[in-house]
Amino acid sequence: MKRALVIVGFFAVLVAIWQAATMSGRWSPVLLPPPIAVADYLWESLRDGTLIDAALVTLRRLLIGYAIGIVIGLPLGLAVSTSQYLEDTVGALALGLQTLPSVCWVPLALLWFGQTEAAMLFVVVMGTVWSVVLATSAGARTIPPIYARAARTMGSEGLDKWTRVILPASLPFVVSGMKQGWAFAWRSLMAAEIFVTILTGFGLGHLLQYGRELSAMDQVIGVMVAIVLIGLIADKLLFSPWERFVHRRWGTGLI
Amino acid sequence: MIGGKDTAQDKLVVEGVSKWFRTPRASVQALDAMNLRVAEGEFVCLVGPSGCGKTTLLDIMAGLTRPDEGRVLTDGQLVEGPGRHRLVMFQESALFPWLTVFGNVMFGLNRKPELSKAERRDIAESHLRLVGLEKFRKSFVHELSGGMKQRVALARSLAPDPQVLLMDEPFGALDAITREQLYQDLQQICRERKKTIVFVTHNVREAVCLGDRVFILSPSPGRIREEFRITLPRPRDINSPELAAIAQRITQALKVYLVAARDAAA
Repeated sequence: MKRALVIVGFFAVLVAIWQAATMSGRWSPVLLPPPIAVADYLWESLRDGTLIDAALVTLRRLLIGYAIGIVIGLPLGLAVSTSQYLEDTVGALALGLQTLPSVCWVPLALLWFGQTEAAMLFVVVMGTVWSVVLATSAGARTIPPIYARAARTMGSEGLDKWTRVILPASLPFVVSGMKQGWAFAWRSLMAAEIFVTILTGFGLGHLLQYGRELSAMDQVIGVMVAIVLIGLIADKLLFSPWERFVHRRWGTGLI
Repeated sequence: MIGGKDTAQDKLVVEGVSKWFRTPRASVQALDAMNLRVAEGEFVCLVGPSGCGKTTLLDIMAGLTRPDEGRVLTDGQLVEGPGRHRLVMFQESALFPWLTVFGNVMFGLNRKPELSKAERRDIAESHLRLVGLEKFRKSFVHELSGGMKQRVALARSLAPDPQVLLMDEPFGALDAITREQLYQDLQQICRERKKTIVFVTHNVREAVCLGDRVFILSPSPGRIREEFRITLPRPRDINSPELAAIAQRITQALKVYLVAARDAAA
């Protein structure tokens, strides 16, 4: 209860400062619309469905691309952890490509796939896969070798050992890698949507870009608020349960 | 000497096992032509200082490491890899933190296809009762004390009913009081279940308290030096003067080999 009050109070103060800034008259309302105008935009676009439709298009791309990235990244990361050769080759490649800002994939994706959904997915997958590979291989490398030895004496070999011992043992790393992958995927998709218009689907990035072209600042800020909220909700929904699982079982993060 | 009949009678046979560890710079011999025969139901302790290759030998018996020379047999069968008939209980807790206490005890059982689901649960429950932790079945590993963890580890290695239990300094990290309690428990469990046990330790008293036979090992390279048969009646109390006297004799013998090894190295 007290925590909720603190949170509400904090955001109320932020909005109040914003309101005061618009009322001071120092900035043009075109550049700095009052909070109520943004709220109006959000309400209207929720009612006529533009915001929901755009969010659904974006989330669909994000989830599919992210899922592909994990399906590729997890096994690849585990493979990299097993062999020095893979570490020196694929591991180095992953490290290099992870430092490449994923928006840099957009021109390449456009030339390869044209203005299609495939281009969007490609950018998201490239944003996800490398951080998942790095986190998984780091995780599998740091688990105590005693786990694998104990598992082997109890009759766990091969695939069973990988899925029931190595993977769960590296879970603390894997979860943070997946979280990082999600953040990269989300950023790269927004960048791609802002740069590229794709007729098959009109996402949040496009909505943001059109707001700029129309000089509709209420739309620009409104969509940004929506993007932040979606990010927060996704974090709570997708990752908090896993983080709680890890903290509870490993006894980490307890104060 | 390697008579077929003898080999068949012994549960576990180590024959001329040598092992080298190769690093880019040097090759270090860890084990030198070790021989050991363990009869069924026997409790054998290997005592030696660190670096005498105890853990390496145990790994080779478990099938986790291959010897460079020699071989290991169980029931006359060549050991070529890890198998559920030979379970290892490790030095530090090798319990899996992502599973509950119950899940840990179930791990080995789940890998025995001949058991039904209900049988697995029953066996796991009874082993938790055996080590007195039935109330903690839903706890997570980090919530347990060191002694409780090693009890769970004991339950986990006993539950799949291995014929041979290999124990690698399982109580090394525990405080003295907890350890003494576990000596009592382990002796009682052994009497009830007649397991063949190879127990590795650097604590001579511990070895005398638990073992039917105690072997002393000397380091660099690891060699089995001498055998002592312990005939004290069971259950044994680690604090008894008789036990202390035997332990002192064994420690004396161990020191002679240590001095010799040091002189040889110098």
